[in-house]
This record gives sequence, structure tokens and C-alpha cells, in this order.
Amino acid sequence: MFDVLVVGGGIVGSAVARECALEGWRVGVVGGGNLSGSATAAGMGHLVVMDDSPAQLALTAYSRSLWRGMAQRLPKTAEYDGCGTIWVAADEEELIEARAKCAVYEGMGIEARMLSSAELSEAEPHLRKRLAGGLIVPEDGVIYPPAAAQYFLGEAKRLGAEVVGLRAVSAAHGEVRLADGSVLTAERIVLAVGTDCTLLPSLPIQGRKGHLVITDRYPGVVRHQLVELGYLKSAHKLTEDSVAFNVQPRPTGQLMIGSSRQYGGTSAEIEPAMLRRMLDRTMEYMPGLGQLSGLRAWTGFRAATPDKLPLIGQAAGLSEDESLWLAVGFEGLGITNAPGAARLLVDGMKGRTGAIDATPYLAARMCRQVGVVYA
Amino acid sequence: MSAAIRTEVLVVGAGPAGIAAATAAAEGDCKVIVLDDNRKAGGQIWREGSVAVQEQEKDSKKRRALERLQRSGAELRTRRTVFAATAGFVDALQETVAGSVTERIEFEQLILATGARERWLPFPGWTLPGVFGAGGLQALVRSGFPVKGKRVVVAGTGPLLLAVAAHLASDGAFVSAIVEQAPLGKLMKFAVSLWRQPGKWIQGARYRASVGKTAYRTGCWVVEAIAADHGQELRAVRLTDGKRTWTEACDLLACGYHLVPNTEIAELLGCTFEGDAVRVDADQRTSIAHVFCVGEPTGIAGIDAALAEGEVAGLACAGKSRDSLSARVITERAFGNRLQRTFALRGELRSLAKADTIVCRCEDVRFADVRGHAGWSDIKLQTRCGMGPCQGRVCGPAIDFVLGCKPASVRQPLYPVPLQALCSSLTEMNEI
Ligand SMILES: Cc1cc2nc3c(=O)[nH]c(=O)nc-3n(C[C@H](O)[C@H](O)[C@H](O)COP(=O)(O)OP(=O)(O)OC[C@H]3O[C@@H](n4cnc5c(N)ncnc54)[C@H](O)[C@@H]3O)c2cc1C
Ligand SMILES: Cc1cc2nc3c(=O)[nH]c(=O)nc-3n(C[C@H](O)[C@H](O)[C@H](O)COP(=O)(O)OP(=O)(O)OC[C@H]3O[C@@H](n4cnc5c(N)ncnc54)[C@H](O)[C@@H]3O)c2cc1C
Repeated sequence: MFDVLVVGGGIVGSAVARECALEGWRVGVVGGGNLSGSATAAGMGHLVVMDDSPAQLALTAYSRSLWRGMAQRLPKTAEYDGCGTIWVAADEEELIEARAKCAVYEGMGIEARMLSSAELSEAEPHLRKRLAGGLIVPEDGVIYPPAAAQYFLGEAKRLGAEVVGLRAVSAAHGEVRLADGSVLTAERIVLAVGTDCTLLPSLPIQGRKGHLVITDRYPGVVRHQLVELGYLKSAHKLTEDSVAFNVQPRPTGQLMIGSSRQYGGTSAEIEPAMLRRMLDRTMEYMPGLGQLSGLRAWTGFRAATPDKLPLIGQAAGLSEDESLWLAVGFEGLGITNAPGAARLLVDGMKGRTGAIDATPYLAARMCRQVGVVYA
Repeated sequence: MSAAIRTEVLVVGAGPAGIAAATAAAEGDCKVIVLDDNRKAGGQIWREGSVAVQEQEKDSKKRRALERLQRSGAELRTRRTVFAATAGFVDALQETVAGSVTERIEFEQLILATGARERWLPFPGWTLPGVFGAGGLQALVRSGFPVKGKRVVVAGTGPLLLAVAAHLASDGAFVSAIVEQAPLGKLMKFAVSLWRQPGKWIQGARYRASVGKTAYRTGCWVVEAIAADHGQELRAVRLTDGKRTWTEACDLLACGYHLVPNTEIAELLGCTFEGDAVRVDADQRTSIAHVFCVGEPTGIAGIDAALAEGEVAGLACAGKSRDSLSARVITERAFGNRLQRTFALRGELRSLAKADTIVCRCEDVRFADVRGHAGWSDIKLQTRCGMGPCQGRVCGPAIDFVLGCKPASVRQPLYPVPLQALCSSLTEMNEI
């Protein structure tokens, strides 16, 4: 009998397991230690404060502060680097957006500063000239997600958590049935299953495919994570396929290049047309990158909910089963939000008030929306 | 920019298999294009460069084959690396002095003749300067690397060792030992089985004769390459026969553990495999009807198999009869199977690497790091093994043998390419 069984050992499940273990609970992680096919193995690892909605802003800011707090303790393999983000404004319209964003961040006490066109060019010499300017958020960072997930899982294990390599075939009413037919029991079950809704088909989650490319090592070519502000226009439409300029400097000197967003389809195959659109966009901002050697391309799926917010807390609203808890639906922010989500979830289990309001992330909100969006 | 190039038959790889395939298809009146990433046609065995005495016969074979290819009307496009492929076209990167150019070539039928590369295994000291792949050193020597007067140990497994030793000796190297891990019993059986194929036997004997008094040690292998005191120069290798261990002084070590087929394009296209080899029917047709595969990717069997299979596929593409060749292909396949059995790697080779032995040179990953993971994908994600420029081509087969897990997914780009090659600027214009 476990206190908590976490199903799914991606970065979210691993962070939840660690947080539960820190409470001194008896914890099991089902499907732990195998990241192949997970979003955690595919994601970019940008630790970023985002302000799409107040709830998203609160969770990303909270989570980022937790990352910063543990930066010293992370193993070297996690490649944490507080390189900061620069939001690139191509034109006047985007510059206005950047200013608004800056004001929001300042209001939250998050360090952010506007860059003139010349300052932008000095900060990132390989960007094309005559961009309108930018917004720098110096305390954002990057991480290598698989190693960060392994760190969380390792911490959980050190605190006594058990890792079960098998998959769960059912999880309900305090019982998790494993692929080999055996059954584990627990007071609470946390579904941290990423995009996989088989254990709870009422999960309102759709996979949103993304392509990424990594280059050989070119230290110093890019210094901050660079994201176009046009991204805000394109990334959050729920229907159309979109691409955006999004380049990340890895501590290895490599560049990771994103990003695309597509709905529909479950094939992880590279789509050359999408890859091309994405890289064309990259070249518009950094023409010089065309000469760099691209080593590998891959895809991953983001777990998108209808309102773009994750589901954190009891499953009530999607399931009557009181033993079921959720930590899913993190779309393109699950790496950033993993530590905050884990903390909120455990606060919820303990019935204590957390650092931020947990209600916007509760599944209960889906009662109404589910009917509308997925009727 | 030119439009996408169209052809009836596209052959990837201009080694013996690709040359035979292209020649047969073109002689059968198909429009044929052959692509190869080297400067010249010939593949591994007919690589250009200085020619040793005992290679003369081989060279005339090569000359005849290339002349016939040229007469056939097949168009040879070298310095093209195929990095992406679909059921209807491939993208190839052409390196020119002015930079790289992407070429898209559309085909009706595709023949994969991508050959093989050497297998390498990790052992302490393998990263020292002076340690080479066996075929790798041979290729270097062909392009002018001097070995005259150098003491060389040739080690590993496979028929290639004798060929390499003979070649090095004829270039003036002193080959102090040929170290073959396969046991003598297996080799004797293999030699006896060759009575049906006197050509191969004679070639082997000739290689053997040309390295004169050099010791051919069977059932032995290298356990360590040793540097001069605190230095970085190779000084000697430690050898063992499993019971006894001794040291052999040398300046160079040429070490290769037989071959691994280059099957990435076939994997990308989704061809069915049988073990490590691409599955083909009697026409060399893969599980995809208009895609053929010939030579080493269908199972390592050497040049004669490559030539016969290539011709079969070329004739099949041209709709010509290939019945007269089927017996030859079967004989050569059987030879390939015997090769595989004879030179199967012994279990002891799995435990050569020490904790600090590098297994992935691109990313500096050590053996201790890759042990104890759930599988290849986990090894890769957690240690970066196989994430570098070679994308696991070198370390993948080694890890497969030592730890029993294979690199999982093959994707385009198959080789590192300038990002530009994946953008519209070039390909789109090509498409018009
Ligand atoms: C292209 C791309 C770029 C991204 N970039 C960023 C970024 O820059 N910053 C950021 O913060 N986020 C980013 N993300 C998002 C981030 O990667 C994900 O939100 C995050 O990894 C989700 O983690 P997870 O643990 O919820 O899910 P996953 O990592 O998918 O893990 C879920 C795990 O649960 C397992 N599982 C499912 N069902 C079962 C079962 N029945 N039994 C056992 N195990 C089961 C799965 O096998 C899987 O291993 C990106 C995502 C993509 C695709
Ligand atoms: C390093 C090495 C040395 C060898 N030395 C000898 C020897 O001395 N004696 C001997 O009897 N046998 C030798 N062999 C074995 C020999 O290669 C085979 O028996 C024979 O050459 C097989 O012919 P093939 O046409 O199947 O392959 P190969 O001769 O290997 O030809 C394949 C060709 O395809 C090209 N190619 C592969 N992928 C791509 C791509 N994506 N794009 C463009 N081009 C591509 C390769 O560069 C190569 O030129 C050697 C093998 C290796 C690997």
C-alpha cells in the first residue's frame, strides 16, 4: 500500500514523486525511468515566464523561482543556464506588445527591460539588422529536461520512492493495474501521463506536434533564448498550424531551433514541409544560421487543453473517483511548470494554502468547457 | 537553380554493387543516375589511390567495370551525399567550392547500394593517436598517408584484416602481427568451405603470402593500446589469447571488427529488415515494390555478392531476365552466411572497456556512463551518447554488441547538413 502512486515518469511525474517523497510519504512511480517517446525527451527546456493569462503568469513565475532556487543543487548534466530570454520585436506593432509585456512583468516584480534596436543588435549580433527592438527577461533560463527529470526521480528514490518500470493498464479507486497483471494500491493516484489519455479518456487533452532541430557546436553565436514576439500571435491559435522563430543556446555551444505547432495526427515523423517552414522563419531572423551544420531533427507532442492551462489537483469534474489526482496538460510549458505544479499538487493533498491560488488549474473548471469544446 | 532532376532509375552508392546495378539498368535502356559521396566511383574496395602490386588484378577489374559503366550511358554524379529520402525522391547535398547545394532527384525505381562501414569496439587506449580502423588506415594509405618503415599491428576480425595487412606491407610497412579474434577451428572450416570458390581461396592465399613471415595469430585479440610513458603516442598493444597476455611493440594499430551495413536510407523509407540486413526477394526487391537493395546492406557478403546482386537489380529495373545470375547470387549469399558464422564476435570482447574508456568520441561519453540504462534511447538521453555529428554510426553498433541495445530511430537529415539545405531557398526553387 502506497500513500501516493504516480503514473508517468516524465518531468512532471518525477517532480511530483520528489515532492511527495519530501513529505515523507510512501511513493511509487509507475512507468518511471523510461523517457522514450515522452514530451520531456523532446522538449526545448526553456524556463520562461509567460503572460498569456494571469493564471499562466502566476504559475510560470512561481515555477521559475523554484528552478532558480535549486539551480545550485542541480547536477551538471542538467545543464541549467540562466541565459535569459530576449523577445524580439520585428516592427512597431510588436514593439508595442513588448512594452505591454514589460509592464506586466514589472508589475509582478519580474525583472524585464526594453532593448532598443541598437542594443538588441549588440546583445545578439547575428540577428538581422533593423529589427525594431526587444524585451530582455534576464532571469529566464534553459535546462536539459531529461537530466532534470532524472534528477527529480533520483531525489525521490533517495527519499525512498519505488520506481516501477512497467506501464499501468488501469488506474482507479486506489488501484493501479500493471502490464504484467499485478496490482498496486495507494491512497492517491496521480496521473502524470503527458498526452496519453487511455487511463482516463475524459481528459480533455490533444497532442500538439512540434518540430525541433539541433546544430553542431558553435559557442557564442547566440547568447540568450531568442523568441519572436510574433510567436504570441501565432502560437496560441488553437486551430492553425504555425511556426515561430525560437532559438536556444545550449551550454554545449549547440543551438536548438524551434518551433512549430500542429494539431491533428499522431505520427511522430518529420514533416519536411513543416521543417522547412520553421527553418525559413529562422533564416528570416538569423540569415547566417544557414551555414551552420544541422545534426538532427525530431518531433514531440505537447499536451494541450482547451483553455491552455494545465490540470493540477483532484480529478473531480472529470471523474467521480476521489483517489484520482491530475498533473497533466502542460502544453509547451511543462518543463518550466513541473516544480510549481508538483508543489501545488502536494499542497492540495495536504489541504494547505499554497504560494499561489490553485483554483485556476483545477479540473472542476472543465465541467462546463468540456461540453462546449468536445461535444 | 535547376529544376528537380528526374530519372527512371536512381542508384545510391557507386561501389561494386551500385556500379553493376547502374550498368545493367542503363544497358537495358533505362535512364540511370548514380550518386556517391566520394570524389570518384569505386566504393570501399575500389577506392582510388596508390595501387599495390597484388591489387593490380583488382584494379583491372575496376577499370573494366568503370569503363563499362561509362559506356552504358548511366550518369555518375559524385560528391553527393543523400541525406533525405521519400518514396519518390531523394535529397542530396553537393559540396562545391562555392558552398553546398541541395539537389532533389526524383526516381521511378530506386536501388540502394550503400555498402558497409567498419565495426569498431571500445577498448582502453583506442583513442590514442596511432590507432586506426583497419579499413580506415588502408583508405588513408591510399590517399598518401606514409607507413613506410612503421611497425603495424593489424587486429580485429574478418577477411579484411589480411587484405589490409597485405596492402600496408606492400606500401613498406612492417606488419608485426595479424591478430584475428576468430578461433583457428572456425577459420579452418571456413577455408575448407572455400574449395567451391577457388577465386576467393587464391586471393586469400595471395594476401597471406604477401605478408610473408608475419605472424597470423588466431583466437587472439587486443585488450589495450598503450602509450609511451605519460605520452600520447602509441607504443605497444597488449594482446591476449584468453589465457596468456603479452605486449607487442608497434607504431600503428589498425583494428576493425568486420563490417556493419549502411542501412539508414532503407530504414528511413520503412523497408522491412531481417536482423541487421534489408530483406530482399530474388530480384533484390525490398518490401517496397520500387525500391531495391544490393550489396552489403542485404547482408555482408563481399564484392562478388555485391556485383551479382547489383546486376540482378539493374536487370530487374530494366525488365530483363536475370535467371542466369540466380545461382551465383545464392552461392555468394551462402558465402556471406559462412563469413558471418566464422567471424562472429566472441563474448570476451564485451568486457574490454573499462569504466573510463570512451565509448562515444563525439560527445566524450565514458563506458561507466552508459551502463545500467533502460535502453538505447535512455542511454542517449541521459549521457548524450550518439548525439554528436556521427549520430551513433560509430558508437551505435559497438553499444549494440557490448550492451545489447540498438540505436532506435533514423531520421532525416541522415548526415549533418547546413541548415540551408533544409530551407526553401534551394529546394523550393528546385521544385519548380
Ligand atoms: C517541441 C516541444 C518544445 C517544448 N519546449 C518547451 C520549453 O521550451 N519549455 C517548457 O517548459 N516546455 C516545453 N515543452 C513542453 C514540455 O516538454 C512538456 O510540457 C513536458 O515535458 C510534459 O511533461 P510530462 O511529464 O507531463 O509529460 P511526458 O514527458 O510526456 O511524460 C509522461 C510520461 O508518462 C508515461 N505514461 C503515460 N501513460 C502511462 C501509463 N499508462 N503507464 C505508465 N506510464 C505512462 C509516458 O510514457 C511518459 O513517459 C515543449 C514540448 C515540445 C513537444
Ligand atoms: C573501410 C573498408 C575497407 C574495405 N577494404 C576492402 C578490401 O581491401 N578488400 C576487400 O575485398 N573488401 C574490402 N572491403 C569490403 C568491401 O567494401 C565490400 O566487399 C564491397 O566493396 C561491397 O560493395 P558495395 O558496393 O556493396 O559497397 P561499397 O563499396 O561500400 O559502396 C557503397 C558506396 O555508397 C556510398 N554511399 C553510402 N551511403 C551514401 C549516401 N547516403 N549518399 C551517397 N553515397 C553513399 C559509399 O560512400 C560508397 O562509395 C572494405 C570495406 C570497408 C568498409
